[in-house]
Amino acid sequence: MSAIGAMQGSPNEVLLGCEGVGKRFGGVRALEDVSFAIRRGEIYGLIGPNGAGKTTLFNLLTGIYAPDTGRFTFDGASLDGLKPHQVTLRGIARTFQNIRLFANLSALENVMIGRHARTRAGVIGAVLRNRATRDEEARIEARAMELLKFVGIASRADDAAGSLPYGDQRRLEIARALATDPKLIALDELAAGMNATESRALAALVRSVRELGVTVLLIEHDMKLVMSLCDRLLVLDHGERVIEGLPAEVQSDPRVIEAYLGAELPESGLAPGDAGA
Amino acid sequence: MLNFRDHPKARWFGIALIAMALLMLPFVIASAGTAWVRVMNLAILYIMLSLGLNIVVGFAGLLDLGYIAFYAVGAYTYALLASPHFGLHLPFWVILPIGALVAAVFGILLGAPTLKLRGDYLAIVTLGFGEIVRIFLNNLSTPINITNGPQGISRIDPFSFGSFSFAKPETIFGLVFSGPIKYYYLLLVVVIAVIFINLRLQNSRIGRAWEAIREDEVAARAMGIDTTRIKLLAFAMGASFGGVAGGMFSAIQGFISPESFVLVESVMVLSMVILGGMGNIWGVVLGAVLLSFIPSFLRYTVGPLQMWLFGHMVIEPEVIRMLVFGFVLVLVMVLRPGGIWPSAVRRRELAPSEDGARG
Repeated sequence: MSAIGAMQGSPNEVLLGCEGVGKRFGGVRALEDVSFAIRRGEIYGLIGPNGAGKTTLFNLLTGIYAPDTGRFTFDGASLDGLKPHQVTLRGIARTFQNIRLFANLSALENVMIGRHARTRAGVIGAVLRNRATRDEEARIEARAMELLKFVGIASRADDAAGSLPYGDQRRLEIARALATDPKLIALDELAAGMNATESRALAALVRSVRELGVTVLLIEHDMKLVMSLCDRLLVLDHGERVIEGLPAEVQSDPRVIEAYLGAELPESGLAPGDAGA
Repeated sequence: MLNFRDHPKARWFGIALIAMALLMLPFVIASAGTAWVRVMNLAILYIMLSLGLNIVVGFAGLLDLGYIAFYAVGAYTYALLASPHFGLHLPFWVILPIGALVAAVFGILLGAPTLKLRGDYLAIVTLGFGEIVRIFLNNLSTPINITNGPQGISRIDPFSFGSFSFAKPETIFGLVFSGPIKYYYLLLVVVIAVIFINLRLQNSRIGRAWEAIREDEVAARAMGIDTTRIKLLAFAMGASFGGVAGGMFSAIQGFISPESFVLVESVMVLSMVILGGMGNIWGVVLGAVLLSFIPSFLRYTVGPLQMWLFGHMVIEPEVIRMLVFGFVLVLVMVLRPGGIWPSAVRRRELAPSEDGARG
């Protein structure tokens, strides 16, 4: 498996910067003055209770909405005003909270579509099917197959994506996202609907994605997964940043516990690791 | 099924056999009357239209109810540039590409404002677009007479190379090639080119991008697909095939008027695509052939059949023809909801899913 996001610069360099980002929908304040920085090569977690603004942040980052205030900088350049497909071209890939595969196409075709961003053939190339186009097609298919192997579902390559078991659909979504050669992969609720075994397997997959040199942004509800997987975490609540830090710091922060469980804690306390699980 | 890729000899033999059949077809059909050759030529035009519409509806999943407008644009482009109406008589090989281009521009004109629409909403807007084009053609006779209004444009030039005209009969090696038969060969060449282009497009990066948009537009964008460009490309490509077919229709008929481009024609082409098997090129070809021939076939058989059964006409042939036609349509869609020859994708879509229903 060749490296995808071939690491450039020092590992501690900031890959994604978010400065003072805010967004309102009508009178509803979805996000207010949120800032954080993701370093190259880390697995960065974004957590918070329902309605905290995680998905809004995600949609702002990937260009589905434009922020009202603040800006994102990625790999040294601003993401201002970019459309979703342009954000992908810059090197941010994503998966969806409610899996959005091309359900009636085969698993292989799904990943091949992911190569769109990094290939060129147009109408004339398609009709003439000249040497360059044929070579490109062969490379697209080979790469797609390689990625299916990487996520462990190569044997299902010809099956319709929608007919795969749920866990495999998640894997396929990751393979498809990796096909765009991202520097950062943003995973929205990776483990939603997974049982404990499936979650653990996915966590292992996320680690191996990082080994490829791809930085990971993880939005997650499953605390256990987040705590064991992430290098650093950002906690959001009511659209505001609560704390950013190492899992251990976040876990013991009273504001986090408050955000998840409400203000009044029973005296005996709860193992922080169980919060919001 | 035999895989012809593994048997190159069998494959070439098969192709040669089909080629021979296609070459001899007009003479076989002409023995039943020249009218049938005309029906066949019209069927080929419908194949082109259906394949053009299939790009928009079948590949990209954009429901278009005004497709016949592009046929009209191609037909009028040819008529205006090759008739006494403006006194212009450009050769057909110059006009057909112009017609394709003009139709493509109209495709983009339709596509651009409807980019955010899908399904029912897009269908309504495209329906309106088709009507607008027809109404313009009907009314652009004043203050400057461009389209000659409802009277239409007549004495349109047939296709010709120098002194060789497609309209005149010719005897070669003792065989009589009537006008319609000559046009048949030309149409055959063009439709093979259209099929070829469609097959190539389907299995390409662009074809996959269209499929991605049809399946899930949000996910398509996340794959780096510029959905605006790719959708407009589908509209433009689809329209250009309609434009070429329109130009050929103009020349073959020698007369066109807005009457030929009514909503029912759009619906007919869409029916061909859906009945044949949306998204599957060969299915669409089959759908176009069947739906072009069935009405003509019924026209010539329903009358005599009644005479034979009852000794007199019970129901007017024209009435029963559309009745039977409608019945056939309903029957096919009930028995084969993906079309007679559905694409692999549609088959998957309609099949009950095994697992993965979770979530």
